[in-house]
Parts: sequence; structure tokens; C-alpha cells
Amino acid sequence: MTTAARLPFMLKDAALTAFVSAALGIFIIGFHTVDVSGKGLVFDYWFEDLAVAVIVIFFGRLGLSMAAGGRRWPALVLGVALGVAGASPLRLPSTFLHWFIVIAAVLIIVRAIWPWVDVELARMRHSTHGVAAGRAGAKWFGAILLVAAAIMPLMPFADQKTMDLAVLILTYVMLGWGLNIVVGLAGLLDLGYVAFYAVGAYSYALLSTQWGLSFWVVLPIAGMMAATFGVLLGFPVLRLRGDYLAIVTLGFGEIIRLVILNWVDLTNGPAGIGGIPGPTLWGAVFAETAPPGKQTFAEMMGIPFTGNQRLVFLYYIILVLALITNFFTQRIRRLPVGRAWEALREDETACRALGINPTNTKLTAFAIGAMFAGFAGSFFAAKQRFISPESFVFIESAIILAIVVLGGMGSQIGVVLASVLLIGLPEWFRDLGGYRMLAFGMAMVLIMVFRPRGLIAHREPSVRLHPVGSKT
Amino acid sequence: MAYFSQQLINAITLGAIYGLIAIGYTMVYGIIGMINFAHGEIFMIGAFLALIGFMICTMLGIGSAPVAILLVLLMAMAFTAVYGWAIERVAYRPLRGSFRLAPLISAIGMSVTLQNYVQLAQGARPKPGGQIISGGYNLFSADGFDVRVTWLQIIIVVVTVVLMAGFTWLIARTPLGRQQRACEQDMKMAALLGVNVDRTISLTFVMGAALAAVAGMLFLMYYGVIDFFIGFLAGIKAFTAAVLGGIGSLPGAMLGGLLIGLIEVFWAGYFSSEYKDVAVFGILVLVLIFRPTGLLGKPEIEKV
Repeated sequence: MTTAARLPFMLKDAALTAFVSAALGIFIIGFHTVDVSGKGLVFDYWFEDLAVAVIVIFFGRLGLSMAAGGRRWPALVLGVALGVAGASPLRLPSTFLHWFIVIAAVLIIVRAIWPWVDVELARMRHSTHGVAAGRAGAKWFGAILLVAAAIMPLMPFADQKTMDLAVLILTYVMLGWGLNIVVGLAGLLDLGYVAFYAVGAYSYALLSTQWGLSFWVVLPIAGMMAATFGVLLGFPVLRLRGDYLAIVTLGFGEIIRLVILNWVDLTNGPAGIGGIPGPTLWGAVFAETAPPGKQTFAEMMGIPFTGNQRLVFLYYIILVLALITNFFTQRIRRLPVGRAWEALREDETACRALGINPTNTKLTAFAIGAMFAGFAGSFFAAKQRFISPESFVFIESAIILAIVVLGGMGSQIGVVLASVLLIGLPEWFRDLGGYRMLAFGMAMVLIMVFRPRGLIAHREPSVRLHPVGSKT
Repeated sequence: MAYFSQQLINAITLGAIYGLIAIGYTMVYGIIGMINFAHGEIFMIGAFLALIGFMICTMLGIGSAPVAILLVLLMAMAFTAVYGWAIERVAYRPLRGSFRLAPLISAIGMSVTLQNYVQLAQGARPKPGGQIISGGYNLFSADGFDVRVTWLQIIIVVVTVVLMAGFTWLIARTPLGRQQRACEQDMKMAALLGVNVDRTISLTFVMGAALAAVAGMLFLMYYGVIDFFIGFLAGIKAFTAAVLGGIGSLPGAMLGGLLIGLIEVFWAGYFSSEYKDVAVFGILVLVLIFRPTGLLGKPEIEKV
């Protein structure tokens, strides 16, 4: 048995972890400050919460290291015991602690049974049967998902809340697919993607409210605007190395947001732009009453008006837009420029030696990615009917990037999974409140630590020297 | 002239704070080649620890300002250093040797986590506090305008200069500094020669965090109000400072911090305060385009 698997060592390790956690939390959590009117800032001590958390961390660490050291049964027992403790009506200072204990228990149990699952999975994956099934599954999974997405609004469970969420998720899927061109294919880390989204949104908002242009006219214009910004911003900076590029794009994202915020004459500044018209279908608007000279969709079709019609329409628009993005990406990967992107991602020096102009190639990726963000942005403005600079802060860029990276860079289906996971689940658990973003950040760290290549790490190569099935 | 001198004094003070944060970026980048995106959050936690420390001092009845400042400084540095250590251990060490973007994404996740952690633990409202030193010294009067340097500004600059000198000595003269520089040049070779690479990297994070804590305390004392979001902007500006001065170079970080402070204050003073951040980001972009190695950085040779 190795040192790491001996019980005294584990106990010491767990105690150390608990000690460090206590040191981390003692002031920030223990001394909770509250504003009391008249008295200023005063302490409201949260030592009990901290103590419970530290004890849970001790047992959690112990359980995890037992599971990792091969003592699965004790770990399982510990996990179940923690789970029971967390679920029991124990009197704890806050309900969050109950959740904390349960999450720790689940982690230990998963870690303890993971080796068995892993062995089974590996056996399945490596049998000839498994490989064939995997390939067929990958082929059909996308198709099934597509059909499910297409008929989703017709399902009985598709009420207003569900449709709203579905539209939101699809918006992020589209943004993820757009950013995937830049990050996944061309390997350029863009931390300011939301800037192009903002350009698209403000293009539509301004053109529609100022000049009365319709959504379908503005959509290509917004895309072009965003692409132009992509070229303008990308041109000077694309020769930079990876992480420098990341910071510069972040800087650009902030510059655009600050300009929108402060250029009050054009953008109305922090107050935002309201009264943006929604998209129309052959001139018919989606509202209870139509503005003069127009008719509503319900009148045109001769059906009674329901609030859901608008959402269903929006849903199909964003679905089609997202699918266009996906289709475009799949196709362009097979064109010379797409191949050049992937080659650049793998080795820039080799590309240069082969006569590819890195700056121009990167610029096309940057511009095309920006264009899709512009489309999504004008859709967002049409959906929300109100936009303000607050929708385009850095954290949005981080979320979109997280979707791409967690999905597995370059994987299209991974983006869908990650969007559902990162946008759908947290929206569903709205009442988590502030813990939502905390969990989001932790998930980003954990997935990077345990699966640095993303959820769908496997990527089919675009080119095979010897196609599968061919005799070589 | 008077206005200019006053702005200059303010700019140097601000620049000193940025410089202290920038050192953390520059040291980490120098040794493991990653942008520690969570460093701004470390600075924010340092500021919160200082706030809580000052409140505890008041509660314990420590009336003397120098004693309180010294106690809070030590406490904030020590506990922020634990954060620096823990972040490296949890979020970056497992990713060493992974693909290029993994640590950066993990760092962004850490930054989001820390921000929300402090928001949950301490509330989202801005917290006032830490203003225990007042008064100053009138340098001269001109154009009916007093040019004034406050005691606090003097303290900020002195503390920064002392810490800078200390750290330069640490890097240049001590065994620890030698190990750090060895790891910076060639981690594998350093490990072969008996340098404990993990420990050296951890200590780098600890040192960077301690300096960020000092910056956090000075920030709190200077502005008198903090919230959980201050780390984002300060972090980016300090990173800009590090890049401007030449990332990986300690004097460069200080020089960069000073320049960023000057640009920001003078832009706000003479042009428009709304666009001062735009000016800073613009400088970052310009520097990276025309001199990616920064003012004092060494050119990097790309090897295949």
C-alpha cells in the first residue's frame, strides 16, 4: 500500500485541508459585515456556518482520498452517512449548508463508484460492438436532437416559461457555435466576443427605432456591421500570441461597452434603448393589436391570439439561425480556408512555412465569428425589445467561452450539451440566487481540472489519410 | 501648474497601487507563463480582509493608527497569501502541462467563483471603512489653488517603495529568488538540479498575493469604500501595467503601474473622466501591437 493510501496520512491530509479552509473562511465568512442604518458597518458573526462547513470539508476530503486510494467501501459508507446527515432535518444555521453537505456526499459517492463505471465504459468502448454503436450513435444523435428541437414547441409541456428558456438556450447555442469558429477551429482565444453581439444588437435597435427598418432587412446589415468591427479590431492584434490576444480582445470588449455606455447621444447610454419592434412574418406582427396599417399574425391566420405565438416564432427564428451557423461551420471546415484554420491552430510556424498567411486566415475566422455574433445580437434585441449596456458585460463573454471550452473545443454537439448544462440548469434553478454564479465558476474550474479537453473530448478529424473502412 | 502638480501627486499614488498588483501578474507570468486572471480578485479579497481587520481593531480599542495599520497589514498579507496558495493548488497545479488555454479558463472560473463567494459572504453593497488617516501637508499655493499631499499618499508611496526594494532584493540576492529565476528559465532543468519546483511556484503565488493584499489595504484607505467587483477593473489595469512595463520584469511592473496611473489621472483630469478606462485599454492595445515585449521586457524567441 502506498503512503497516500494509509489512513493516518489521509487523516492528516484531511485535517490540513480543513485547516486551510478555516484560514480562508475565518475573516471573509466568519465576520460577515452588515450595514445598519445609524450605526454604520457592524459584524454579524457567521462562525457556526463556518464551523459546519469546515467539518464537512474535513470529511469530504477524507472520503475523496479514501476513494482515490482504493478504499471504496469506507468511502461509500462515509458518503452515504454525509448524505443522510445533509438530508436530515438537522438544525443548521442555513439551508445552504444542507445543500453543501449533500453535494459533498454525492461527490464522494460518485468518486467511490467511478472506477467500476470507468472499467465498464472502457470495456464497452473497446469492444468492436461498442465502436460501431458509438459511431452510429454520434451519427444519429445529432439527427434525433434536431427532430426533437423542431417539434419541441408543439409539445404539451411547451408553456411560456419553457419556450422562454428554450429561446435563451438556443441563443447561447448559436453564440457558442459562432465562437467555436474563432476558438475551436482557428484556436484564437477571444475574451471580447460579446462586443460583436453588442454591435449586432445596437445595429438593429438603432436602425429599427430610428429609421423603421424591419428585422429581416437589418439582420444581414447587423451581421456585416459586426464582421466589419471584427476586421477592424482583429487586423492590428491578430499577430499576437494566444494569451496576449485574449487580453487584448477583452480590452476591446470593454472599450466597446464603455463607448456604448458613454456615447449618450447615439445609444442613450446606461438608460438603454426601448420599444424595439419584434420580428415580423410577411409583415404580420406578433402582438395582441397591430399598429395602424399592419395586421397581426393571429388575424392573418384567422386564429385566436395567444401570448405563446410570439415565443414560438422567435424560437423557430433562432433555431434556423443557429442551424445556419452550424451548417456553415461544417461546410467551411472542408474548404481550404477551414482547413487552414485548423492547421493554424495546431502549428502556426508550420503553416507559415507552407505559405499560409496567418494574419489573413485568422482575420477571416475572426470576422465570420463576429458576423454570427451580430446575427445573434440583432435577434436578442428583437426578442428583448429593450437593450442596455448591462447585457454586454464581460461575464457574458466568459459564459460563451465556457460553453465552447466545456463542450470540447471544436465539437458542435458539445456546445449544445454545454449550453443546456450551463444556461438551462441554472435558469431552471433560479431560486438558487447568488449561488448560481458561484456554482458556475466552480464548474468551470472543476471541468478544466478533471476534463481539460471538455465534455466531448473526442473530435472526428476533418481529414483522414485512410478513410475508415478502406483497406490500406 | 498647481493643477498639474496636484494631478501628478494623485497619479503617482494610484500608480503605486497598480504597480503592487502588477508585480503579482508579472511574477506568475514569468515563472509559469500564464495570466493569473484571478489576481484581481485576490486584491479584492485583500481589501476586504483589511476592512474587516480595521473593524476588529476598532472593536478591540486599538486607537493608535500606526499600530492598527501594521496589524491589519500583517493580517491581510498573511490571509490573502493563503488564498493565493490555495488557488494555485486547486485550480492551476493540476493543469500544469495541460494545453495552453486550460489554465486561463480555469483562472476565469476561479475569478467568477471568488467574486461570487465574497458577494455571498459579505453582501453586494459597497462597504465603507478604513479611513483612519486624515490630514496632509500643503506643498505650495499657486493660482489660488493649494497643492496638497496627504499623509496617506506619502504612506502609500513609501510602503510601495520599501516593498519594491525588498522584493527586488529577494529576487536578486536570496536562494529563493535564485530558485525562482531558475524555474523561470528552465523548469525541468531546475527540478533536475534539486530545486523544488512546486514549492517555488507556490511561494511565487504567495508573494504575489501578499503584495496584492497590501495594494488592497492601501486602496481601501485611499478610496474609503470597496465592493466585491473592484478586482475586475483593477486587475485588468494592473495587467496592462505589467504588459506595458514588460511582463516578467519586476521594475517593469512598477514603471508600468506608474505610467498607467499617470495616463488614467491625466486623461480624467484634462479630457474626460468617462473615457479614462478606454484610454487605458487603448494603451494596452497600442503597446501590444507596437512593442509586445513592453518597455523593459526581453524579446522572446519562438522555438519550434
